[in-house]
Amino acid sequence: MTEPVVHDTFVIEREYPAPPERVFAAWADPAIKVRWFVGPDEFVQNPLSLDFRVGGREHIDGGDPGGPVHSYDAEYREIVDNVRFVTTYTMRMDDTLASVSVATLEFEAIDGGTRMTMTEQGAYLIDGDTGPKSRLDGTNGLLDQLGVELARSAAGR
Amino acid sequence: MSVSELARPLSMTLPGVVAHLRVLEGSGLVRSSKAGRVRTCRVDPGALRAAEAWIAERRTEWERRFDRLGELLGAPETEPESESRSKHDD
Repeated sequence: MTEPVVHDTFVIEREYPAPPERVFAAWADPAIKVRWFVGPDEFVQNPLSLDFRVGGREHIDGGDPGGPVHSYDAEYREIVDNVRFVTTYTMRMDDTLASVSVATLEFEAIDGGTRMTMTEQGAYLIDGDTGPKSRLDGTNGLLDQLGVELARSAAGR
Repeated sequence: MSVSELARPLSMTLPGVVAHLRVLEGSGLVRSSKAGRVRTCRVDPGALRAAEAWIAERRTEWERRFDRLGELLGAPETEPESESRSKHDD
């Protein structure tokens, strides 16, 4: 049976008081990345593996003790040092595919630091097993970007 | 909201919109009823919240990581990158 899928794009913008080289290095250097790219404090975390080059892969997993294992798997598709990079990545809950995404990170020098912009475009798979998605159980079909927008405007946003 | 009202701002034919709405109804996100010749659609907030909650959860995860990155970058590293103090030339 076909599971519903939601397509969405979100953008997160942050400004950090450090030059682009240093912000970029926090992504590219595994020794730095392991210090911030981790799950919630209560997660039992397995080590990060990161091969930061085009075609290189990354993996980390972890989760609440006794709960599902959240796995993140990425592949680096484009890298322009200190400027941007593009990855494709998946999230799994145990063996269930939860999302497939394209993530673009851009780094721009601004006065006093760096503006970092993450754009994520994803297919979010709604299944009956995990988390808040279970409320959509028993439904078939497809919700696309139009649907999300239509629904939001109809909701009187 | 009627189907034609929904379709007006979209660059899509009315039959196209109707087809999408049918899919949304199949997903339980939208309900519709017909009065005379006008079909009215409304959102089922419960179903929509489930989809939004799932995406919000993904986003929140990144926000949390970026907070942590900010703490890391805000703290002085071994290299002197003083942003608020006055700099002297190296």
